[in-house]
Amino acid sequence: MAEQQTAIIDVLVVGAGPAGATVAIEAASAGRSVIIIDEQKAAGGQVWRAKSPAILSAPPTPESRAGDDLRQRLSTSEAVCLFDHRVWQIQPVDDGWMVALTGSKGPKTITAQTVVLATGAQERIFPVPGWTLPGVIGLAAATALMKGQMILPGQRVAVAGVGPLLPFVAHEIHRQGGEVAFVADLNGFADWSKRIPQMLRRPDLALRGAGWLARLRAAGIPLLYRHGIRNITGDGKVERVEVGPVDDQWKPADTKATRSFDVDAVCLGHGLAPATEATRMLNCRHHHDPALGGWHVTTDDLGRTSIAGIYACGDGAGILGAAAAPVRGRNTALAVLADLTDKARPPHSSATGNLRSVSAFGRAMTSLAIPRDGILDQITPETIVCRCEGLTRADVEAGITSGGISPNALKSDTRCGMGPCGGRFCQETAAMLTARLTGRRVEDIGLPTGRPPLRPLAIEVVASDFDYDELPIPAPAPL
Amino acid sequence: MSDIYDIAVVGGGIMGSGAALRLAEGGMRVVLLEQGDIGQGASGVNAGTLSLQIKRVKLMPYALRGHQEWKRMGAEVDYRETGGYTLAFTDREADLLHERMTMKQEAGAPISFISPNEVAVREPGLCRKVVAASRCPSDGFANSSLTGRYYRHRLKAANIDVREHCSVAEIHRDEPGFTLQTSTGPVHARRLLLACGGWLKQAAGMIGLDLPVRARVNTVSVTERGPRLVSSVIGHATGLLTLKQKGNGTVLIGGGWQGLGQPGEGGNRGRVDAESVLPNLRLARYAVPGLKELRIVRSWTGFEANVPDFYPLAGAAPGVEGAFLLGCVRGGYTIGPFISKLMGDFILGRETELPLFDPARDFTKEIQL
Repeated sequence: MAEQQTAIIDVLVVGAGPAGATVAIEAASAGRSVIIIDEQKAAGGQVWRAKSPAILSAPPTPESRAGDDLRQRLSTSEAVCLFDHRVWQIQPVDDGWMVALTGSKGPKTITAQTVVLATGAQERIFPVPGWTLPGVIGLAAATALMKGQMILPGQRVAVAGVGPLLPFVAHEIHRQGGEVAFVADLNGFADWSKRIPQMLRRPDLALRGAGWLARLRAAGIPLLYRHGIRNITGDGKVERVEVGPVDDQWKPADTKATRSFDVDAVCLGHGLAPATEATRMLNCRHHHDPALGGWHVTTDDLGRTSIAGIYACGDGAGILGAAAAPVRGRNTALAVLADLTDKARPPHSSATGNLRSVSAFGRAMTSLAIPRDGILDQITPETIVCRCEGLTRADVEAGITSGGISPNALKSDTRCGMGPCGGRFCQETAAMLTARLTGRRVEDIGLPTGRPPLRPLAIEVVASDFDYDELPIPAPAPL
Repeated sequence: MSDIYDIAVVGGGIMGSGAALRLAEGGMRVVLLEQGDIGQGASGVNAGTLSLQIKRVKLMPYALRGHQEWKRMGAEVDYRETGGYTLAFTDREADLLHERMTMKQEAGAPISFISPNEVAVREPGLCRKVVAASRCPSDGFANSSLTGRYYRHRLKAANIDVREHCSVAEIHRDEPGFTLQTSTGPVHARRLLLACGGWLKQAAGMIGLDLPVRARVNTVSVTERGPRLVSSVIGHATGLLTLKQKGNGTVLIGGGWQGLGQPGEGGNRGRVDAESVLPNLRLARYAVPGLKELRIVRSWTGFEANVPDFYPLAGAAPGVEGAFLLGCVRGGYTIGPFISKLMGDFILGRETELPLFDPARDFTKEIQL
C-alpha cells in the first residue's frame, strides 16, 4: 500500500531546476520544513543538468559550474530531496495539499501547506513531413543527451528549427566529433541582429554564441538563414532531408531552390513552451503571451497563482530562461514564507533582484521562437500531427471543420492529444490549425482540461503490492 | 414573434440532445443551450459501459430499450456488443452476485451463471481466483468520447439551433413562457426543458425549485495501448469494477470510485482522488493480471446526478407550468437515448411507451411504476 507521511510539511517543491531548488534552499534556511521532488537523479533541471558519472571528466561549462554550485547548496540545506521521483497528482485536503508520487519504493503521498510548481519548459516541435521517423530528435532532447551523457544524436546530422539551441546543438555535435550537414534557421539574419542590444545585456552569453557561429562557419558548415526543412525521408529511419527557403512568416517559398542532404539524424526544434500540465490539472488561471512562450500559469510578481497555496516559478510561469530562474525562485520563496507566517492576510512582499535585467537575454531568445503562422504551411495534409494517435493534419482538420473547435471537443472527436504524451507535441499545432480554420486567435482557442497522472503511471508500481482483503469496498449500489 | 422558440433545452448531453431531436421531429422549433461543448459532460466522460448486469432492477425495461438505441447508433459511436462477465472472488461476493443477478434475470435481462472454468476458457486474461460469475451476451460498450460528435451532427442535420459555450445565468417566467439570460444574450421560449445533469440543482433553482440533487463524482482511468488482455466487458459483483479493452488496445477502468468536488465548485468536471483511484487500479490489476505491464495515461472524473431514491427525474417540473425536468438517471449513458425520446413524447403530448418518473414524488418512499 501507499507509504503515507503523517506530518504536514510547510513547503513542497516540484522540480529541482534553478528556480525550484532556490525556493527549497531559501525556505529551508528560514526554518521551514521543505521537500523537493524531481524526476531526474540530481538537481539542475535542463540547463544546469548534472553530468552522468561516466563523463565527469568532461570539461566544465558555465552551466555545469552553476549547476554544481546549486547542487552543493541544496545538499547542505535542510531541504529533503526526493530525486528519481515523479509526482502524478496534487489535490486539496483540509490542511493544504496532498501530493501523490511514485519512486523506486512504490507510491507515496506527502501533505504540504504550500506547493511550489517549478516544472520548467517543454520542447516545442512543429511537424514536418517525415518528422516521426526514427533519427529525428528535438533540439532540447539532443542537448540533454549531449550534456548529460556526451552521446551524439547521429554521425551526420541536420540541425533545424529556430532559437538559440540551433547554434548550441550544432556546435556541440561538431565539438564532440560529429558531422553537421547544415544548420537551417527559420529566422533571418535580420531577426537575430534586431535582438543584439538585448543580447548584449549578457555579453558573456552573446560572445559564446558568436564563438559557436564563428567555429561552425570556419568548419565550412552551411548556415542557412530563413530556411526550413521541407521533408525528411528514409526507409524506416532518417536517410535524407530536403531543405528550402521560407518567407518572413516562415512559409515555405520558392520550391525550386531546395537542396537535399544525406544525413542519419535530424535535430529539430521550435523553441520552448511553459509546462502547464500541473497548473491546468489544478485549475489555476492561465493566460497566453507569445513573448513568454505562449500559454502559461498566471502569477503575481512573486509567483502566487490564482489558487491560494499554489505557487509557480521558473520557466513554467513564462519562459525567461535559466539566468532569471534563481531570481524568480527567491521571489517565490519570499511569498511562500510571508504567506505561511500570516495566512489570514498575506503581507505584500516586494520582489528582489532586477528580473527585467536578468531576463533580457532570455526574453530575446524566447521572442525569436514565437511561432509565425506560415509554419503551418510546412505541414502537408498527410503529415502526422498527433504522433501518439497517428493522426495527420487532414484528420485533425476534419475534426475541426466538423465542429470540434474547442481543445476538449477536438480531443474527444479525433483523439488528438489523448496518447501517452498528453498533447505535449500536438496541442499547439492543433490550436493553430483551429485558429486558422475558424478565423480566431490562438489565445481564444484555450487549453484542454488537465488531468492526472502528470506522467504515465505504471500499474505495476502503484497497484501490484496489495492484499485483496484490504481493498476498501464501499457499499454496493442500490438494486 | 419569430424569435420565440417552442422550447429551450438547457443541457447538450445525451438527455438534452436526445429530447431536442425528438421534439424537433415532432415539429417544435428548438433551441439547445450548452455551457461547454455538446456531449462533454457525464455523457462524454463516463466509461461507456453498456451492461444490463449493472442496471437497477426497476430500470431494466428502460435499459433493454436503451441497448436497442445504442445498437442503432452503431459504428458512429463505436458500439460493440462483446458480452460481459461479472466476477465474484469471495463467497460473500458470490452470494451477492447470485441474489442480484437472479433479480435482474427475472426483470428480463438475458443473464446466466457460468462456471469459473468456463470463464477461464473464454477470458484467459482474467485471474484464476474467480469463485462465481455471471454472463450477459448483450452487454458491451460504446466510446463515450464520440457522444459529442454524434449528437452535434444529428442536431445540425435536424436544423436545431445549438448554442455551445452558452451558459444560463437566470430564467424568468413571462408571457408566453420563459426568458433565459445567457452568456450570449437573452433567449425566449414557450417551454423549458432542464436536462443539465449535475447542474440540475442550480438550474432548477432558477425556476424556484429546490431539488435534492447531488452528484456522484465517478472516476475512470485509461491505459496506454497494450496487447489483447480481455475481449468482453468485465464487472465485479460489488459493482466496483468495470473494465474493457477497446479496439485500439487501451484499457478503460471504472467502477464508480468517487472523486472530489461538486458542480459549481470550481473546475467543471470534479477531480480525481488519488486515494480512491489506486484501489480501483488494484482491483483491476487483481482481476486482469496482465495490466501490470501497462501504464495509466489519464484518469478523470465526471458528475453523475442523483436524487435520494436513485431513480430518474423525468416529467413536468412541479408547480412551474411549461417547464420539464430530465436527469438523475442511474445508468444514464445506457438509458439516455431511450428515456430522452420518452421525454420528448411527453412534452409533445403523446402517450409514452413506458411510464416517466414524476419529479414531484416523495423521494423517501419506494417508487411505484
